[in-house]
Amino acid sequence: MVSTDLSSVASQVRRDIVRMVHGASSGHPGGSLGCADLLTLLYFDAMKLDPASFSMDGKDEDLFFLSNGHISPVWYSVLARRGFFPVEELATFRKLNSRLQGHPATEEGLPGIRIASGSLGQGLSVALGAAQSKLLNGDDRTVFTLHGDGELQEGQIWEAAMYAAHKGIDNIVSFVDCNGQQIDGSTEDVMSLGDLAAKWSAFGWHVLTCDGHDMDSLSEAVVAGKANRGSGKPIVVLMTTSMGKGVDFMEGTHKWHGIAPNDAQLESALSQLEQTLGDY
Amino acid sequence: MVNSRYILTTEPTEKKDTRSGFGAGLLEAGKHNKNIVALCADLTGSLKMGDFQKAFPDRFYQVGIAEANMMGLAAGMTIGGKIPFTGTFANFSTGRVYDQIRQSIAYSEKNVKICASHAGLTLGEDGATHQILEDMGMMTMLPNMTVICPADYGQTKLATEAIANHVGPVYLRFGRPAVPMFLRSDVPFEIGKAQKLTEGNDVTIVATGHLVWEAMVAAMALENRGIRAEVINVHTIKPLDGKTLIESVSRTGCMVTAEEHQRLGGLGSQVAQLLAEHNPVPMEQVAVNDSFGESGTPAQLMEKYGLTSEAIIQKVETVIARRAAADL
Repeated sequence: MVSTDLSSVASQVRRDIVRMVHGASSGHPGGSLGCADLLTLLYFDAMKLDPASFSMDGKDEDLFFLSNGHISPVWYSVLARRGFFPVEELATFRKLNSRLQGHPATEEGLPGIRIASGSLGQGLSVALGAAQSKLLNGDDRTVFTLHGDGELQEGQIWEAAMYAAHKGIDNIVSFVDCNGQQIDGSTEDVMSLGDLAAKWSAFGWHVLTCDGHDMDSLSEAVVAGKANRGSGKPIVVLMTTSMGKGVDFMEGTHKWHGIAPNDAQLESALSQLEQTLGDY
Repeated sequence: MVNSRYILTTEPTEKKDTRSGFGAGLLEAGKHNKNIVALCADLTGSLKMGDFQKAFPDRFYQVGIAEANMMGLAAGMTIGGKIPFTGTFANFSTGRVYDQIRQSIAYSEKNVKICASHAGLTLGEDGATHQILEDMGMMTMLPNMTVICPADYGQTKLATEAIANHVGPVYLRFGRPAVPMFLRSDVPFEIGKAQKLTEGNDVTIVATGHLVWEAMVAAMALENRGIRAEVINVHTIKPLDGKTLIESVSRTGCMVTAEEHQRLGGLGSQVAQLLAEHNPVPMEQVAVNDSFGESGTPAQLMEKYGLTSEAIIQKVETVIARRAAADL
């Protein structure tokens, strides 16, 4: 069983997300809320990290790559809560001269970020490169990635998928946020993804599924992902989530993909999310 | 007039392709630094990467026909300290993967060396689909990117070794055909430092890549007619050695640029900007004039599209006449 503390961290992360997006009057709350549980688990439980002295190379550490960079609010919140940078800095999200760019970037030197992302479909290739670098260096830590399900419409993802299987890269664990939504509507309406498990399997990957809002289910997937090392095959976790999870009026719809709540909506959202670690 | 510091011979007897210079330089760099890795998108033979592959099989990555993935992999490999050299044709090294380079390499400041062969018209018979003439412009516009286009085999080898020691993203452009070997290969390659190959006070000829030898041929022909041209080899397009160019036109008062690239966005565009800001002397460009290429032999294409020593001489005559008219 995973510690119940993780759920209380995730609750604070969700508060941070809606407050950040409200403060910036822009941003992407839906996918951020949906992935709050996974990122909390990774950064507070599953990954070996050194928040106090972040290094680009991340030698002997586990690495995380956010390929769907638009859900930056959840990543920034988790990084700050984990001690990579002061939580007060979350208030600068999307504002001029901030290290918290709309989409993650390295140029401003925000600890925790190793590559810019936002233009979709690039993160799996980058993470595979980092994973191969670890293999060359004899570094046995794991590389984790997160992708949107809509993002899988980008062709580069499948170039990378084919490559990973061909090279037998097994020190990477990729999560797909299966919320079934994208900007213009449901993935089913916009561009059907078909049988994703069959697709990844046909590309030569091990395929797991998990409940993205159940810490035990997520933890089992992470443990299985790490244990995959040595199998000679990459592993993908199809993680079922609800976009907007935790805020009733944002849940299960594409409409909160990329808009900010107004003052009343913020108040309503915060009333549904317990303040556990103190707001920034 | 010939600067023996850089010029090996003005009567070269040997020709070699610049891509082979890249292959030799990559092998050499790989011997000196175990962090150097190479990635290739199914063009190992064309890029002359076979020797590196043989010598360092564990550091060579065949990525198949998937250039976007290759650029992302290269960016990722820098995390952990690797120095990736990617190899494919210039077309597939730039236009096809511009967004991958922009976000994952240039904006992310990754130490990736994008090595691009078969640039320009001299790719030849494959035709316009493969003859990219916009690559230097695209790469020059990217912040953080260094852009290099060496002139002959030896210089390409030196440039390849030099970029291995330079921290930051680099675009290295070279080509397919065998071209005269006329530059000394025992002088260090300094990124960002233009080379004054001849000295003269009548006209400045600024050239890059395959057009540098054409500029030398033009300068020698002009010398016979009493026109002393100063030929400057701009092997580094970005950062541009503006100081050397401005100093030269302060004496010559006119300039011709020459490149195997579109006139918009290439060396000539950049130099025009430089002159407009610092010393707006008459200037003419030898470059492809807003058109695609076509199938043909490299020599036929260079002739048809006006990228020859004769074309340079014509532009020199034009620019000297313009300068004279302006003096009246």
